[in-house]
Amino acid sequence: MDMAELQDKVCAILADNLSVPEDKVNPESRFQEDLDADSLDLVEAVLALEEEFGVTIPEEEMEGVKTVGQAIQLVATKLGVAA
Amino acid sequence: MARRRIVITGIGPVTPVGVGVGPFWEALTAGRSGVGPIRSFDTAGFSVRIAGEIHDFDTDPWMTPKEAKRTDRAVHFALAAAKLAWRDAGEPSVDHARTGVMFSTGIGGLGSLLNQHKVFLDKGADRVSPFMVPMLMPNASAGHVAMAFGFTGPNACITTACAAGAHAVGEAYRLIRDGLADVCIAGGTEASILELTIAGFAQMQALSRRNDEPERASRPFDRDRDGFILSEGAGALILEEAERAVARGARIYAEVAGYGASADAYHITAPEPEGLGAIQAIQACLEDAGESPDAVDYINAHGTSTQLNDASETRALKKALGDHARRTPVSSTKSMTGHMLGAAGAVEGAAAALAIHEGVIPPTINYEHQDEVCDLDYVPNEARRADVRLALSNSFGFGGQNATIAFRRWEA
Repeated sequence: MDMAELQDKVCAILADNLSVPEDKVNPESRFQEDLDADSLDLVEAVLALEEEFGVTIPEEEMEGVKTVGQAIQLVATKLGVAA
Repeated sequence: MARRRIVITGIGPVTPVGVGVGPFWEALTAGRSGVGPIRSFDTAGFSVRIAGEIHDFDTDPWMTPKEAKRTDRAVHFALAAAKLAWRDAGEPSVDHARTGVMFSTGIGGLGSLLNQHKVFLDKGADRVSPFMVPMLMPNASAGHVAMAFGFTGPNACITTACAAGAHAVGEAYRLIRDGLADVCIAGGTEASILELTIAGFAQMQALSRRNDEPERASRPFDRDRDGFILSEGAGALILEEAERAVARGARIYAEVAGYGASADAYHITAPEPEGLGAIQAIQACLEDAGESPDAVDYINAHGTSTQLNDASETRALKKALGDHARRTPVSSTKSMTGHMLGAAGAVEGAAAALAIHEGVIPPTINYEHQDEVCDLDYVPNEARRADVRLALSNSFGFGGQNATIAFRRWEA
């Protein structure tokens, strides 16, 4: 999987999980402001990413994650996908 | 100062016989059952395979897809019922701080709990949803209804099993009467037709096993009754302080005239055989309403279709109303809706209020053979035209909690 593919996949999962249209989700989207995701929504979304990609994202690594792009980067690092 | 009076100005039923006042009342007066084979899970191996389900319930008219995903089915029903009732009341303009919500449930979001328990067992603690707790808690419905409308008045959930909906109506009535609120949404909801609950209630020998004749299975007061039918759904009533309701020209279904509550203090599930707890609730209710037993024109019974309840409730009615019990029509709308547990009291309160407003008493269907210990007029099988001024609705919960609500034709 390359970065573009990963990005599409993460965006699709987040759109589904947060019940927002897919075209609203891109790397620049901010979870709270743009996607109306509160802290619980974010935890739930991360669970979906963990499930899909078979990775573990500890809470402390989620701290400071404000945008979809940051979440993509987190998953990419876990999977060893280079930008 | 004269005591504040309370009237019902909106009704929102979400039941196996119909959603919305029109379809609900049409089904009840036509004597139509909402009981059928369980479709929501595979019942192979279950001794009980029937229930009162709401099929193909669409959440879209009532909440966003995200809200629907983040809430239990019990909340879905509650939001629908509350919004239907509010619409039915003409969407009155209210002071949000003076508008309360009493929304009960018997069980709460058990389905959501079970789903997450499976995740926990299969995948571990770190995969459990952060929404599990807010989805399973019984008071979620009261919270979501308040959020949907922005009502910041008193808000609570009373969980008294099969009496929960009645307690919600009674406590909402008291909130308004005592000046703590001017308007309340009072209701109950239940969504617990699940493999585990069917198994548990079946083990108690509480459920009917008339699997081959689902529509005939709920037969309150009939000699051959063999248990209740587990049902789902919600009911909501809009309670308003009478003067403001009259001032805004609201359509008034009936007055909530009295409320009596008691405990059996006898057994955690079996009713006290002489109906002492029920008698106490009925008498307290009549006293609160300032009415004599002879004034009662109709009783919407708890009437679950279990051997024990229907016998002890009949005994209680005879004791509480004396000779007048034999002249009083008593019907159980659970014969049609099945037993909606924590929603039952609210839905049956709606039926009692509609009986007054429409001048029609809904029947007890599937009544075929008289039981020697159930010898009152149960309005068998067909609705009856009647001039109903005062109606009582009984609700008795596992736990021994009892509530009776009096509804009276509105007369200024």
